[in-house]
Amino acid sequence: MNARRRAVFAWSFGLVLVGLALSLPDQSAATEWRATRGTGDLGLIIERTKGRILIIETTRRTVLKRLGGLGDLSHASAVFSRDQRYAYIFGRDGGLTKVDLVAGRIVKRVIQAGNSIGGAISQDGTLVAVSNYKPGGVRVFDAETLSLVADIPAKGAGGKRSKVVGLVDAPGQRFVFSLYDAGEIWMADFAGGTKPKITRYKGIGTLPYDGLITPDGRMYVAGLFGEDGLAKLDLWHPEKGVMRILAGYGRGERKLPVYKMPHLEGWAAADSKLFLPAVGRHELLVVDARSWKEVARIKVHGQPVFAVARPDGRQVWVNFAHPLNDTLQVIDVATMTIIKEFKPGKAILHMEFTPRGEQVWVSVRDADRVDVYDTRTFKRLTAITAEKPSGIFLSARAHKTGL
Amino acid sequence: MMQALDRIAVAAAALLLLAAPAADAGSPSASRQAELIYRLRQDCGSCHGYTLKGGLGPSLLPTALKGKDDDTLVHVILNGMPGRPMPPWSFEVSRDEAVWLVREMKKGLRDER
Repeated sequence: MNARRRAVFAWSFGLVLVGLALSLPDQSAATEWRATRGTGDLGLIIERTKGRILIIETTRRTVLKRLGGLGDLSHASAVFSRDQRYAYIFGRDGGLTKVDLVAGRIVKRVIQAGNSIGGAISQDGTLVAVSNYKPGGVRVFDAETLSLVADIPAKGAGGKRSKVVGLVDAPGQRFVFSLYDAGEIWMADFAGGTKPKITRYKGIGTLPYDGLITPDGRMYVAGLFGEDGLAKLDLWHPEKGVMRILAGYGRGERKLPVYKMPHLEGWAAADSKLFLPAVGRHELLVVDARSWKEVARIKVHGQPVFAVARPDGRQVWVNFAHPLNDTLQVIDVATMTIIKEFKPGKAILHMEFTPRGEQVWVSVRDADRVDVYDTRTFKRLTAITAEKPSGIFLSARAHKTGL
Repeated sequence: MMQALDRIAVAAAALLLLAAPAADAGSPSASRQAELIYRLRQDCGSCHGYTLKGGLGPSLLPTALKGKDDDTLVHVILNGMPGRPMPPWSFEVSRDEAVWLVREMKKGLRDER
């Protein structure tokens, strides 16, 4: 029996046990729990063109289930419930789908907007927020029932609704996000209940394209497409407002056209340094995490899309924009040099590390494959067939601010 | 003799040059069409959505493109929009291919018609 068949068998067996547990009237919830499995090594891969996810586990590195019916998953992303049993998947079509990773089924699905880009789960796990392009704004849902809790239209100057990007959760039951068209950062505070207190920061820069929060939940940073630098908000001192960082980077240099927007969500914090994709340049910017000054630039293969640090911070893995998207580079943080280059296939879209960093899962879209590498030896451990795979999300994200 | 050969070569080259635009003016080959549609969905789709309904960039569906000037759309594909995220694609898309893409997008992509 090969690994996949074994997994399918184990899966069916698990379902039979769950079925038995459910069919016996006097069985307690504890029986069902024993009949299923833990969730700390689970995750999912988005098959963007098929409206499907693969539920995976990283211990034996197998696919547990292919689950369809999730709508338009181009640019889809996911967050996890605090018990790591449920995934909330945000689709391009405004679909918000709650998936039970253990039972391998859709629990609930709502179409909450016409066009959306991503989402976040609140600190206490009770609220799921979705950032929408159409209608521009954020909608917040009850994590249990997916019923609407709050609607926050993102109206910039002149009352025009703006597309929302870079939505993250922050400590204190807050969500922070950026208004792409309006050039603002908003903070929505749900500590007082379901009616959020909104703080607006105007004039933060032109065309913020994505945002992130540092792993400690303190600094929110929005990348700017329309001008150099990034906008930073210190959530310990929100009264101080938004400051510009790296304002001078690239000044006077000609930017290259950008064939895929960089993502800041997976930015890398390692060795008290932050590694950021430079917009329109074949470079990573290295920023001192205390002074927020540029300390180095690393020349890389193409325009970086994701720069993700291995959880121990020793390596940063980088993928690139079209047409140079067939290459992965690994940077050694201690020496800030490229120590490894792979060419696994066309259109490397995403990388996700296991929680302690011994493996990295890499989606190779045009090869219809997800490769799993040992990050110490760089050996490929396995390859998983997936149709046009894009995002890979592991359940360990459940316990990380901003993911 | 050499001169005569040269003249023939020049004439042949000129004929080829004349012939080339005529050949290009038609639709791209079937395999190139498939490639272009794949790129349109997957790579243009990064911003415009896999179904072309829009994302960070605007919708490219027939309803959204209706009434928009073909030449302007071709120009935007080839040269991008300075100051906006739309990049120029002339490094891998020819003018005739851009013309074909605009026509296809205005009709709606075949697999969704």
